Amino acid sequence: MSALLIRDLRLALRAGGGFGLGLAFFLILAVLVPLGVGPDPGTLARIAPGILWLGALLACLLSLDRIFALDFEDGSLDLLATAPVPLEAVVTIKALAHWLTTALPLVLVSPLMGLLLFLPAEAYLWLILSLTLGTPALSVIGTFGAALTVGLKRGGLLVSLLVLPLYIPTLVFGAEVVARGAQGLTVATPLALLSGITFGAVALLPFASAMVLRINLR
Amino acid sequence: MFQVRALACARGSLLLLEGVQFSLRRGHALVLRGPNGCGKTTLLRTIAGLQRPIAGEIDVEADIIAYAGHADGIKSTLTVAENLQFWADIYGTKTIDSALDQMNLRGLAQRMAQNLSAGQKRRLGLARLIVTARPIWVLDEPTVSLDTASVALFANVIRDHLGSGGMALIATHIELGLPEVEVLDLSAFKARLPTPGDGGFDEAFL
Repeated sequence: MSALLIRDLRLALRAGGGFGLGLAFFLILAVLVPLGVGPDPGTLARIAPGILWLGALLACLLSLDRIFALDFEDGSLDLLATAPVPLEAVVTIKALAHWLTTALPLVLVSPLMGLLLFLPAEAYLWLILSLTLGTPALSVIGTFGAALTVGLKRGGLLVSLLVLPLYIPTLVFGAEVVARGAQGLTVATPLALLSGITFGAVALLPFASAMVLRINLR
Repeated sequence: MFQVRALACARGSLLLLEGVQFSLRRGHALVLRGPNGCGKTTLLRTIAGLQRPIAGEIDVEADIIAYAGHADGIKSTLTVAENLQFWADIYGTKTIDSALDQMNLRGLAQRMAQNLSAGQKRRLGLARLIVTARPIWVLDEPTVSLDTASVALFANVIRDHLGSGGMALIATHIELGLPEVEVLDLSAFKARLPTPGDGGFDEAFL
């Protein structure tokens, strides 16, 4: 299993692997928003939690169709499906690799982006915590969407349409954690709901992803 | 021992083959022949477990088949050795040395797969079979883009595999020069029904 994770990470880091695509998108968004909205610190501070979460979500979305498409095209997915590894584990590893290469860098640079958007000091902890807890759900749900559309030519648009509605709860509660944190309010409820969504998705969706993958490989 | 009884298989909703029947003993190879589109790939994918048979049964133990399809599953930004090592780790066999030697890839081991020729890629794809260490090889057109020397090399690999008690099921149009080989012409099993009987509406969803 670790062999698959190491291979996927290595592929992502080598030329053309797409590592940094989501990160670059996130950086561009955070830099452009103050230019578009205007430099008023009060306005930026108010919208910062939403912008940061939206940026993370869209950055995750960007790289979803690569999760299975490349393996499908070169035949590795067929070979993995006939290999002595459960497909449920394969999709879990794929989601983990996606999280490590796309979401984790976003989590790490998010404080810097918060700085650009005048995020109040109290909110930084909640920003990092909510992204850490919420982004695994984005990767796992996205892997499910990618599994649904594997084999379709130019399936990227369809993945976005399928996955975006499923991302909404994570976005709402994630941004709510940061917004409430910024105002010094208690964040327990949105944080619990955010974690609940993540744990539920991580526990259940790999089985669904493996099942639709089996159907799509027929 | 590996047996297929009254097997019917379909591509999408098109029933291609029915009543396919054969058995394979240790140390033997079976070559599948038939015109293009007659269902060789579909049959092999069904046997490999990538799709379910419409009818009939495949009598084989779990986890003893290694499948090699049209695509080799090679990652172009990994080296030859890294590509093979990945499959060795997945199959838990660890060593890739003998596979590199047997498919004459030793000199290419550190080369990026994207810089391989089509024939060299195929050799890498076939080296994966040796790495899997599985007794039944299910091969779909294994000799495509191989030159005559590489075909002979591969025939030797199959001979060794059969000699050590392995089995091989090969769809190919060319003569591999193997001993103990039986030939099965799939045009004899061409399906007559236009569509599978129980396909129906839910086939798009299930």
